[in-house]
Amino acid sequence: MSGGPVTVPDIEQTRAAKPRKGTAGGVSDPRSLQVVRVIVAVIIIIWLIPTVGLLITSLRTQGAIESSGWWTVFGSLFDTSQWTLTNYQEVLTSGGFDSAFVNTLIVAVPSTVMPITMAAFAAYAFSWMEFKGRYFLFVFVVALLVVPLQVALIPILRLYAGGPEFDVSFLSGIAGALTGYDVERVTTGIPLTLNGTFLGVWLAHMGFGLPLAIYLLRNFMGSLPSELIESARIDGADHFAIFRRLIIPLSVPALASFAIFQFLWVFNDFLVALVFLGETQDVRVLTIALNALNGQRGEAWHLLTAGAFISMVLPLVVFFSLQRYFVRGLTAGAVKG
Amino acid sequence: MADVEVEQQQVEKPPGPTQTDDRRGFWGSALVVVLSLVAAIAVPVLTYALLNGTFEAMSGRVSAILVGLVAILIGVVGVFAMFTLVDYAIKTWLPDKIGRAVQPYAWAGPAVVVLAIYLVYPAINTVQLSFADATGEGFVGWDNYQYVFTDPAMLRSLRNTLFWIFVVPAAAVAIGLGFAVLADKLRRSESIAKSMIFLPMAISFVGAGIVWRFVYSFRVEGSGAQIGILNAIKVGLGGAPVDWLAIVPWNNLFLMIIMIWLQTGFAMVILSGAIKGVPEDMLEAARLDGATEIQIFWRVIVPTIMSSIVVVFTTMIIGVLKVFDIVWVMTGGQDGTEVIAERMIRNMFTFRNFGRGAAVAVFMFLAVIPVMIINVRRFREEEATR
Repeated sequence: MSGGPVTVPDIEQTRAAKPRKGTAGGVSDPRSLQVVRVIVAVIIIIWLIPTVGLLITSLRTQGAIESSGWWTVFGSLFDTSQWTLTNYQEVLTSGGFDSAFVNTLIVAVPSTVMPITMAAFAAYAFSWMEFKGRYFLFVFVVALLVVPLQVALIPILRLYAGGPEFDVSFLSGIAGALTGYDVERVTTGIPLTLNGTFLGVWLAHMGFGLPLAIYLLRNFMGSLPSELIESARIDGADHFAIFRRLIIPLSVPALASFAIFQFLWVFNDFLVALVFLGETQDVRVLTIALNALNGQRGEAWHLLTAGAFISMVLPLVVFFSLQRYFVRGLTAGAVKG
Repeated sequence: MADVEVEQQQVEKPPGPTQTDDRRGFWGSALVVVLSLVAAIAVPVLTYALLNGTFEAMSGRVSAILVGLVAILIGVVGVFAMFTLVDYAIKTWLPDKIGRAVQPYAWAGPAVVVLAIYLVYPAINTVQLSFADATGEGFVGWDNYQYVFTDPAMLRSLRNTLFWIFVVPAAAVAIGLGFAVLADKLRRSESIAKSMIFLPMAISFVGAGIVWRFVYSFRVEGSGAQIGILNAIKVGLGGAPVDWLAIVPWNNLFLMIIMIWLQTGFAMVILSGAIKGVPEDMLEAARLDGATEIQIFWRVIVPTIMSSIVVVFTTMIIGVLKVFDIVWVMTGGQDGTEVIAERMIRNMFTFRNFGRGAAVAVFMFLAVIPVMIINVRRFREEEATR
């Protein structure tokens, strides 16, 4: 964890424009500054102990883990007989964490890109296109921020299972009144078999991620200067060209913030994966594998700690390398329903 | 592709293009409406067909690694490719005037269609199912809601969730605010210090569960050294080791500590930003008047950043209402540690009782809505003043 503090980027917030206080918040008395330092250090140590303990344990042999606490290594750092990498080897191969890691990436990367793409097009339309129902549709999307995804689980699970027990006849009345279409046809089952497939999870994450993505991107794109878009229009560029050459490059900060938020959200997600992907070995993701290991071998700490650390590595790398976007993304993600 | 028609009905709900346009006459506007609907459902349907087709073409024929790579690739470019395709089709096949009327729906429509399928329809359907039996078929009236408010485990979960709501946001805000104020007084090490507190935000709830199960781990006295740090400290101080997660009702508090550990960084970052926004001359004026740092904190800083504190509180309340992974991993809801989100998944998944699961979900939904509305409104105000 002490991988060189020099490389840790700044964790200043979005409003970093404000100059730092020269007086260090008014504390000029060196003794009280010392007290502040001590308190801060104590809190940090308390905060880091659980993770550090996990990391150290994952690198010790099973025998060492079970015979002494991880903190004892500080007294015997150079006793090499206690250090090992076999825990990682074992959990990756026979524990199935190698395929779980790959599966997690297969789930997380498209589940990040798909909602962003769809939201970017929609946000552009909501910002820079004139059409009937623009305001209404945008309010409709933003209103969906309040829907917790737990509400969607059972119906989508049933929808994904397809089959005749699925019944949408309640819709025919609404739709018939609105459209006058012949809606009898749709009341029969929809032959979907998406449970336990990557596609099903992608689409679910896309649906659940869209409201926040559209909301954030629309806020950002709408604040871009309209002269820019207008002058491009005068030069003969159509919407697609403006979108691709102008708006997307300009929106990179907003896109990156949301991308990081969504990627980590999906990468760390347990609930959606559990419901739609399940626990079978060929599709399960890291969080599912970790939970399974926890259930089967609750006291196999050499495997549990190594597995937990494997599931944490990528998020931590993202955290340390893209901290500024990460913080902004997470704070913006506060309104995710 | 029978799902096409369902989507079509869903799109119809937002009024959008249904009003007749004076300039085009009835048939002209009818055509635009139909084409707009087709354009709106085109991208979702084409994307689904593309992705599904790719998976089916690959299944059983190529190695798992290749499937993974192709899946990632196709998932990444698929949506964009389909938007490009539909936009190109509109530009080439439709007369300019109609094309321009249809284009916005081809761009904004797909998202609306997807949301209709993944959030609107499920929300309606969940309410319906909450009045249905375990399989979701027969009507049972208010039985499921009666279950929510009478079942002993449900009642425990309601009580526990209430405690979570009182304890977790308050503790996280208190620690986060205190740390933000103190770290603000440091010069060079401030950002590193804040990173360390924020770090758990990157970890999954399941991962955090393992981290803390190890902290809480317990061995019966006499069966070897304690390897959980808490029990080691307790034994070191002359106490007897305890199974922290089995002590009713305090085990709930030990679960809450995990959430506090995870979320304090969030509170700290937001509040730290707010503290830096407190006008310097206000603090200087208070200092000149002889106020101590503690007085300044309570009388100047806290009132000034009150709106940020409210945002953090509401956000955390929502998070706490939906907390499920921590309990699932740590105790599985045993020993009186149930919470409502855990009950929802338990009913749906373990007991396969869709009716009861849906009723709990509706209850959660109703509990989240008011907090979420406050939150979104605050967020909008903040965005507006940025």
